[in-house]
Amino acid sequence: MSRPLIEARDVRVTFDIHRPSDLPWTPPAQLHAVNGVSFTLEPGQTLGIVGESGCGKSTLARALIRMLPASGQVIWQDGTDLLTLSPRQMLKYRSEIQMIFQDPLASLNPRMTVGDIIAEPLRTHRPGMSAKERKDKVRAVMERVGLLPNQINRYPHEFSGGQCQRIGIARALVVEPKLLICDEPVSALDVSIQAQVIGLLEELRRDLGLTIIFIAHDLSVVKHLSDEVMVLYLGRMMEKASSDELFAEPRHPYTQALLSAVPIPDPKIEKTKQVIPLDGDLPSPMAPPKGCVFRTRCPKAQAICETVPADHLTGSHHTACHFAGETVSA
Amino acid sequence: MVIDSQKMKSLAEATSREDVAGRSLWADARRRFFRNKAAMFGLVLLVFVSLFALLGNSIAQWSNEEIDFSVMGMVAEQGGPSLSNGHYFGTDDLGRDLFARTVQGTQISLAVGIIGSAIAVVVGTIYGATAGYFGGRLDNFMMRAVDILLAIPYMFVLILLLVMYGRSITMLFVGVGLISWLEMSRIVRGQTLTLKGREYIEAARAIGVPAPVIIRRHILPNLIGVVTVFATLLVPNMILTESFISFLGLGVQEPMTSLGALISEGAGTIAYGTLWQLAFPLLFFVLTLFGFFFVGDGLRDALDPKDR
Repeated sequence: MSRPLIEARDVRVTFDIHRPSDLPWTPPAQLHAVNGVSFTLEPGQTLGIVGESGCGKSTLARALIRMLPASGQVIWQDGTDLLTLSPRQMLKYRSEIQMIFQDPLASLNPRMTVGDIIAEPLRTHRPGMSAKERKDKVRAVMERVGLLPNQINRYPHEFSGGQCQRIGIARALVVEPKLLICDEPVSALDVSIQAQVIGLLEELRRDLGLTIIFIAHDLSVVKHLSDEVMVLYLGRMMEKASSDELFAEPRHPYTQALLSAVPIPDPKIEKTKQVIPLDGDLPSPMAPPKGCVFRTRCPKAQAICETVPADHLTGSHHTACHFAGETVSA
Repeated sequence: MVIDSQKMKSLAEATSREDVAGRSLWADARRRFFRNKAAMFGLVLLVFVSLFALLGNSIAQWSNEEIDFSVMGMVAEQGGPSLSNGHYFGTDDLGRDLFARTVQGTQISLAVGIIGSAIAVVVGTIYGATAGYFGGRLDNFMMRAVDILLAIPYMFVLILLLVMYGRSITMLFVGVGLISWLEMSRIVRGQTLTLKGREYIEAARAIGVPAPVIIRRHILPNLIGVVTVFATLLVPNMILTESFISFLGLGVQEPMTSLGALISEGAGTIAYGTLWQLAFPLLFFVLTLFGFFFVGDGLRDALDPKDR
């Protein structure tokens, strides 16, 4: 078997927080935005990352491409640890990993034409390319993502949200990356456009053999696209399993609650459906609960949860819960 | 099937057509600017004043240094504006042609304003964008330096400079240039801080674009709006500063002159019935200032329509 394309081992992102009341020599408080996340991703596979706002999904994505300082290891296919590289060495890998952003319009420079925007990765990573070649390449990739190539001289504000996201995808694909990180690429779009963009991503994955890390808070979108799904809560992995397994048989109470909250487009089923309520708010990431971080909102919390952190990293279906697999009787 | 064949045809054409020209934000702004009546009025004023400064000397009958001995001593009676003796704006106290002197004064004043503003644009933008983009300790150091310079009363420094190194036009440019970029760098830095958080900057960093290129390609073009507006509004301020210095008698030296110096002379003789000596320089001074302020306002409205 070939090596995994990317393997994350115990990735942690910690921010130092200086409070205004701190004296200059007070050690800063630490916020663990991502805490011990590991995964392996085979070429051609798609990893879905879900979780509520502020759970560290985007932070994890940015840590993988060295936009934020992180500790741990991120091993690329050729055995290099991306987190130890100098910015210059990292440049080589940046063309292999591309990213798509959440807000399609905001991620495009309003003063540049679409052609220049899409050509930017080429100018950075293929400096030897002539202007003519570059333009041809841009046109080809525009056509590939379903944009009219004759729109090359237009500006981002002349396009709709869905088209802007296609421009974002074209920019990511123009250097033929191996890994595509999608940071909530569809959450700013309306449902019909979401379907189009997801359809496009699926098609591209199939045709180009892309490996995708897909971040979303919409479970149905993730279910549709992913081979493997990871559920994050307060920067920690709650559950990680193959998509089929996770959606058919969620083991962690948090995943169970999330899944039960997904609306079903059938009023009869929707009415009889049992929703597992989660009490309270997300605890402050500055002071996460001791023991199992989810225990403050967990319907199954017991005495053991308060003292022993739940870190069961076993098997292909990883669940961070002392009572994994038991059904909820709430 | 109810497919509109007309529409299908036009769609097919659309896909095969030549490249569509985009309408950039600049084009939009230009359109808004040219629709703005006040701004167009200001632009006309500026064009008029510039033409006067550039071509005035070819109309003038006298040079700015010649003394007309026929009116000398009787300036109040014979030195008034007249077409017959060639003194369109009259003469000054010594009998020199005020038209030629106003042309020269306008040239100097415009030059001071525009050069001061240009220094502010170049130095202030680079300084501010660097501080804002890199942030952290460098930002702190650079901006505190600006704070310190701003804390020194600039008029005092300017006067000291002119007293110590002699009154010369070069010294005036140096002095004005030294102070003009400080405010600009603050504004640019603030704007850069907001731009830095935008997703397209993040996208560029994710692509691996080096920092100087990000500043040049992504930050500066988005700053130009603010910078142009501020620069246009800075020009009249520079003119005012220079005029004030000249009014105090520290600015440009005879036989050179500036609008401020002329106004100062005109104001000095106002009691002797030679009102034109104040009126003409003042008119051009006011026209220039109005022109720049109107154009600056128009640019602001055109470049940032949300800000109205």
